[in-house]
Amino acid sequence: MNEKPLLRVRGLTTEFVTSEGAVARALEDVSFDVLPGKTVGLVGESGSGKTTTLMALMRLLPASGRITKGKVWFNDTNLLALSEREMRDYRWKSMAIVFQGAMNALNPVMKVGDQIREAILLHDLMDRGAAEKRVRDLLEMVGIAPARRDQYPHQYSGGMRQRAMIAMALACAPDILFADEPTTALDVMIQAQILQLLKEIQRALGLAVVIVTHDLGVVAEVCDEVVVLYGGKVAEYGSVDRIYNHAQHPYTQRLLESFPDINNPSETLASIPGTPPRLTQLPPGCRFEPRCHVKINRCAEVSPPLLEVEPGHYVACILREGKEANFQ
Amino acid sequence: MARRDYLIGKMGISLLTLLFVLLLDFLLFRVLPGDPVRAVIGRNIRISADVQSSLRAQFGLDKPIFLDQFVDTLGQWARGNLGVSWSQRRPVSEILISKLWNTLLLIGLGQLFSIIFGVMLGLLAGWKRKTPFDIGALTFSLIAWATPTFWLGIILLVSGSAWFGLPTGGIVSPANIGKPLHTVLPDLIRHLILPTLTFTILYLGEYMLIMRSSILETLSEDYILTARAKGMSNFQVLMRHGLRNAMLPMVTIIALNLGFTVSGAIYIETVFSYDGLGNLVQTALVKQDYPLLQGAFLLLAVSVIAANMLADFLYTYLDPRVKAN
Repeated sequence: MNEKPLLRVRGLTTEFVTSEGAVARALEDVSFDVLPGKTVGLVGESGSGKTTTLMALMRLLPASGRITKGKVWFNDTNLLALSEREMRDYRWKSMAIVFQGAMNALNPVMKVGDQIREAILLHDLMDRGAAEKRVRDLLEMVGIAPARRDQYPHQYSGGMRQRAMIAMALACAPDILFADEPTTALDVMIQAQILQLLKEIQRALGLAVVIVTHDLGVVAEVCDEVVVLYGGKVAEYGSVDRIYNHAQHPYTQRLLESFPDINNPSETLASIPGTPPRLTQLPPGCRFEPRCHVKINRCAEVSPPLLEVEPGHYVACILREGKEANFQ
Repeated sequence: MARRDYLIGKMGISLLTLLFVLLLDFLLFRVLPGDPVRAVIGRNIRISADVQSSLRAQFGLDKPIFLDQFVDTLGQWARGNLGVSWSQRRPVSEILISKLWNTLLLIGLGQLFSIIFGVMLGLLAGWKRKTPFDIGALTFSLIAWATPTFWLGIILLVSGSAWFGLPTGGIVSPANIGKPLHTVLPDLIRHLILPTLTFTILYLGEYMLIMRSSILETLSEDYILTARAKGMSNFQVLMRHGLRNAMLPMVTIIALNLGFTVSGAIYIETVFSYDGLGNLVQTALVKQDYPLLQGAFLLLAVSVIAANMLADFLYTYLDPRVKAN
């Protein structure tokens, strides 16, 4: 890990004001690195803060949410210190995002090709003619016939829409691609194709990717590093090998057990009893404590620090041993 | 291809609607009390029964209402013959056309201003949601929408004439009556200010409210987030991705309003003694001038249907999904 990270997220903390006026701490002290050309997976249950993390990184949180603490270093620029005007230059040109396939992420009344070209022209990257050629090249790259640039999103299938979304994300040649559950709501065959496409594009363009998913199979297939989020905090963070084969956080362990194993098909699937914490009423100690199967009394009292249990492998659990993480 | 099929389908439905409306318009004035022949001869009881029945035969009134009279009437209407006004003794079509232009001028201007300002106000209010501007625009629009037409008309008439010396009624000053309108343009404009202003304020409220809720709904869509993620400013997002989608419900409302207001400016035309269709309908109603009313109803029905077709047509350009269904 000698290479300089492209993106360094440090102590990212966000707060949302709910419609009842309560404050929900959606993210607390989230830190991780994204290396050039590598893939980081953000994993966790619904409401664990995966999507919020991506939105916070692009500074696109809804009006009810705000970033209260932390730094997001893109190369040597702290994105959180930029003005909105300056931040707009980073969006799509430095970091682009692919939304969920189920989402209505393409404008229904605009031709797909126009929506892609719009991003190129917006950032003044090239003239209209060159942009038009790039639109066709991009569509071809993701496996869509360039002739279909003049069609509208409703004339595309779900998988094609997702391909078009990927083509659009690549329009300004970003350094980092965020993918928010890119395969959710697609059928299994299409899921595999889209993942394959993402991998190929990443390899060809040397892109860094941050992928949000609750599908551990996807993580194992595409990720180099994994950040496991629970209740808005990092539970465990490390390389995909360490997380999958040597998970140390009780939550990660139970999460992995709750996935089917092809080698033991008869095994009944484990589930984690209980529900994730309510972000407006967080427990004072470890957020996983109420559901933990190995907890001790102290777990309900102290919030566990993130410990470096081995180089590059971090766990937020007081039962583990290691020195407190100190990210540069 | 799909667009053509869609439009042909819509035209078919419009034709059916038109036929039904014609039937109603025909029947309505057959079931009303009164005999056309008696109305023509008035109180002259010396006209013998023979003459009366020959008069009936001459007008085709001795034939059965269905189908003969109905078909005759349709044929007459198709040739532009809407009958003769009982009160004015002139062809109904001639009277209608002479008033239609005046009304179109008033409605056209009123709708144009209320659409432009209503859409702009609604767009900005929705965009700047919960700001003082939004609350102010919302309050103004609700009040404007709830205000009775005649009351607003009278208030504007009184204040406009008292403080700004604007004319209180008519289309042109008495001295200019009968001259071609384009030769007395300044005078015409002065007369149009108050009724147009009344019309604009009344419809502006409705358009603003619908546009505001429409843009709020649109701005919560996922593709708006995509547009922001691309690096667009909020204003660019609003104009490029918000406006067109938010205009879809507006097109329907505007088209419906256009159809109805062709004869619907009755209050405004009455308050301002404006010589248009609304005023004409009101007079015809008071004088029980059935042929004139029948003609006016026909014109109204046709304009409503035409406006709806216009909306369907515009929809195919604004929303590509319409063609698919």
